[in-house]
Amino acid sequence: MIFTLNAATVDVDAHPMKRLLDVLREECGLTGTKEGCGEGECGACTVLIDDAAVCACLVPFAQVRDARVTTIEGLGGDHPLQRAFAEEGGAQCGICTPGMIMAALPLGEKPSLRKVREGLAGNLCRCTGYEAIYRAVRKA
Amino acid sequence: MHASKIASPLAVGRNVPRKDSAEKVAGAAKYVDDLVFPGMLYGRTIRSTIPRGRIAATRLAFDQRGFVVADYRDIPGRNVVALIEDDQPFLAEREIRHTAEPILLLAHESRDLLLRAHVEIGYERENPVLDPESSPTAFKSLAIDKGEIEDGFSEADIIIEGEYRTGHQEHIYIETNGVIAVPQDGGITLLGSMQCPFYVHKALKSMLGWSDERIRVVQTETGGGFGGKEEYPSLIAGHAALLALKANRPVKIVYDRAEDMIATTKRHPAIVRHRTGVKRDGRLTAMDIDIVMDAGAYVTLSPVVLSRGAIHAAGPYRCDHVRVRGRAMMTNTPPNGAFRGFGAPQTQFAVEVHMERIAETLGIDPVKLRETNAFRPGDTTSTGQILGEDCSALDVLRRAVRRSGFRTRQRRYAGTNRGIGLALFYHGSGFTGGGEVRLASKASLGLTERGVQILVASTEIGQGTRTMHAQIVADALGVPFDDVYPVQPDTSNVPDSGPTVASRTCMVVGRILQQCAEEMKTRLGGMTPREFFAAHGPMIVTSEYEGPSGIKWDDSTYRGDAYSTYAWACDVAEVEINPDTFEVRPLKLTCVHDIGKAIHPVLVAGQIEGGTAQGIGYALIEQVVMREGSMANAQLTNYTIPTTLDTPPIDVVIVENPSRYGPHGAKGVGELPIDGPAPAIVNAVRSIGIDLREIPAVPEIVMKAIDLGKGKTDARHVPL
Ligand code: FES
Ligand code: FES
Repeated sequence: MIFTLNAATVDVDAHPMKRLLDVLREECGLTGTKEGCGEGECGACTVLIDDAAVCACLVPFAQVRDARVTTIEGLGGDHPLQRAFAEEGGAQCGICTPGMIMAALPLGEKPSLRKVREGLAGNLCRCTGYEAIYRAVRKA
Repeated sequence: MHASKIASPLAVGRNVPRKDSAEKVAGAAKYVDDLVFPGMLYGRTIRSTIPRGRIAATRLAFDQRGFVVADYRDIPGRNVVALIEDDQPFLAEREIRHTAEPILLLAHESRDLLLRAHVEIGYERENPVLDPESSPTAFKSLAIDKGEIEDGFSEADIIIEGEYRTGHQEHIYIETNGVIAVPQDGGITLLGSMQCPFYVHKALKSMLGWSDERIRVVQTETGGGFGGKEEYPSLIAGHAALLALKANRPVKIVYDRAEDMIATTKRHPAIVRHRTGVKRDGRLTAMDIDIVMDAGAYVTLSPVVLSRGAIHAAGPYRCDHVRVRGRAMMTNTPPNGAFRGFGAPQTQFAVEVHMERIAETLGIDPVKLRETNAFRPGDTTSTGQILGEDCSALDVLRRAVRRSGFRTRQRRYAGTNRGIGLALFYHGSGFTGGGEVRLASKASLGLTERGVQILVASTEIGQGTRTMHAQIVADALGVPFDDVYPVQPDTSNVPDSGPTVASRTCMVVGRILQQCAEEMKTRLGGMTPREFFAAHGPMIVTSEYEGPSGIKWDDSTYRGDAYSTYAWACDVAEVEINPDTFEVRPLKLTCVHDIGKAIHPVLVAGQIEGGTAQGIGYALIEQVVMREGSMANAQLTNYTIPTTLDTPPIDVVIVENPSRYGPHGAKGVGELPIDGPAPAIVNAVRSIGIDLREIPAVPEIVMKAIDLGKGKTDARHVPL
C-alpha cells in the first residue's frame, strides 16, 4: 500500500487491519511512536495524518492509503518544539514526549495556555505535571 | 576536552542541558519494546483467575507447535523472588495466594498465536482474606515509643480521635513493565525497564543457581518508575529468562496496560487511627497512632514501607509522648509494593487531616496550630532523633501561607463552594535507619579518551540522574559539564550503587561520586583529564558510602536517627466543589519545598510539579476498584490519572536550607512532593464544611461525608 511517510512516498506491505502503530514500529522501523495503552487514552502513539493529530493505536493501516503520515522522526530532531521541550524540561522519562510533540504541532506558534491545555488533553504525562510541557509548547 | 586552564563555569545550580534530552525529543531513545533481536520470541504469562486456592489441573488447550512452555519445574535454582522474605514464587506450584499470580509461561514467534493460546486451569477454591483488619497474618508489626503515652494523655485538656483511610494507587508509568532475556555463551543477559539492576541480578542468581558473572542485567531507557519498577522487574526478568533458556532464543515480555494494572504492585491501602491529647492552646501532649496497611499476598517490601510510614506518622510536630503501632497485613490480593513516598503519604495524610480536625475542635486557626507545634531545630522526633539546623518546618509553613495569600483567600472563600487548605510535611532522605550503612553502596569514575565516565547502577527513570550526577562530578573535578558523561547501568560494567529508590540518588550516590571526583582530582595532580590520559592512559576511581559520623540507629527498638536528613514542605490547595455532582476540582496548588540545594532547578521543579500532580490524582480521582481481590477497572478509561484539564496551576517555590551530608547540601526530592497534596486538598474540602477523612475523594466518598455530616449534631455548616 502506498502512502506518504515523513515526506517520502513509501510502499508498505502489511495487513490492512493491522494497527498503524504496529506498522510504523515494526514494518517501518520507526520506534519513536510509543504505545502506552493501546486504547486511545494516553496519546503516546500520536502521529499526524494529513496534519491532524490522531492515535496510531486506533487507526487501521488501511486508513492511511494515499494519506500523509508524519511521525516524530519526520521532525528531524531540531524542530523548535523539540528544542523547547529539551530546554524547558518538557521531557523527563521521555516516553510521552514524541506523542506530546506531535499533538502540539497543530497548535501552531506561541499558542495560548488554554489552547495548549485543551490541545494536549488527550496526552497523558505521569512525570511532569504538565507545567514544563506548557512552558515548552508556549515558547516554541 | 579543553586543555585550557580557564575555570569552567560551575554546573551545579544551573539549568545545564539534560544529558538525555536530544534523544528523547527526537524519539530516538530506545525503550525495551523498541528493541528486537534475531530469532526473538514473545512471552506471555498465564495467571490465576481466583484469589485463593490450589491448582488442581492445568491443560494446554491449543496446538503446541512452535510454542515453548515453562512452569515451576523448569526453575533450576530456587523458586522464590529473593528480596526481604523468600516467600513469593516466580511461578505458583500448587498454592494460589492472589488473582493474577503467575502459573505458566508461553513463548511463540507470533504474538497473535500466543494471545490466542488457551490454557485451562482447574482450582480447588478456598475463601480469600480480603479485609486487612480481619486477616490473621501480619507480615510485620512494629512499635515506636517516645515518653510515656499515659502521662501525655493526663496532661491533656482534650482528647481527639479519628480514623483516616487511603486507597490503592496504581503507578501508571506510561511505559509498561517489560524485559528481554537473551541467552548467550552459557550465560544470560536481561535488558529491561527497571529501577534496580542489581535487585534483578540478585533474584536471577538465586532462581538460576548461577554464579554472578553468568548473569548480566542492563537497564534500557525507562519510561517512568515511581517505585513500580523497583521490585517487580525481578519477576518478569525471571519469567523471560526461563523461557529464553528453554527456547535457547531471545524472549521479550512486555505487558499490555491491562496486565500491568492487574498484576503489578500498587501503593498500600492504609487505615490510620489517631488519638491525640492537646492543651486548649493547641499544644500536643500525646499522640497515639495505629496503622494498618494492606500488604497483599506476599511480603515484598511491605516491612520497609510500614517502617517509613510509621516513622513519619506523627508528622513534623513536637510532642513528648508518642506511641505508634503498625501492622502490615496479608490479604489475598496482588502484593502491594514500592510507590513514591513509600508509606509516608498514607500516614502523613492521616496526621495532617487529623491536625485540621484538632484545629476545628479547638477553634484555633489551622496555621496557628501548626506554628505552635512544628518542629524546630533541637526538637526530638518520635524515634528520639534530635533535629539540626536543616529543619525548616516553620519556614516552609510561613512562606507557603504568605505566597498563597492564605488568609485573604480563606476570607474570600468563606461561605462559598470554594475552599483552601494546607498540609505541612517532611520526608526522610535515603534508606531508613541503618539501611545505607548496610547497603555500602559504591560508585566509580572512569577517565577515558572521551572524558570522565560515570559508573553507577543508579538508573535514569526521568528524574534526571544522568544530568545531576554529571553536574556534581564536573564541579568537583573542575572540568566542563560536557566532558562528563553517563553510561547505561549494566551489572557487568558498573559497581552496585544500591537501588534507585528512597530519594537517595542525588543525596547518597551523588555524594559518593563527589568523593570519587575529589580523589580523581588529587590523582590528576594538576593535569587536565586529557593531559593525564595522554600521559598515563585510563584510570578508574571507586569510592564507597561512608555513613555520616554521629548517626545512630537501633533497628530492634526503633530508636535513633531514622534518616541523616529530612526535606520539608508545605502545600496549599485551593479547590471548588460542584454542588450537583460532588466533584472536587483543584484550582491551584502552592508548593514550598526545602530540598537543601537544587543541583538543577528545572529538574527539581519537574520533580515537585510531577509529584504534586500524582498526589492530586491520589487525592481525588485515582480509584482502584477491587472485586474479589482483583482490580476491576484495569484500563486507563476507568482508572484515570490527571490530564492537562485536571491538573491545576502548580506554583513551586524551592527553598535551600542545606543538609550537612548531601552534595552541596542537597536533600532528597523525589518522594517529598507526593506526601502533601492529598491532605492539603482534603483540608481545603473540609474548610467548605465537609467532614472528609478518606481518599480518593471521588464524588461518592464526598457525598457520603456530606450525608454523614448532616446527621451529626456537631456538623458544621454545609453550604450545598
Ligand atoms: S497507545 Fe494509543 S492512545 Fe495510548
Ligand atoms: S515525561 Fe514521563 S510520562 Fe511524560
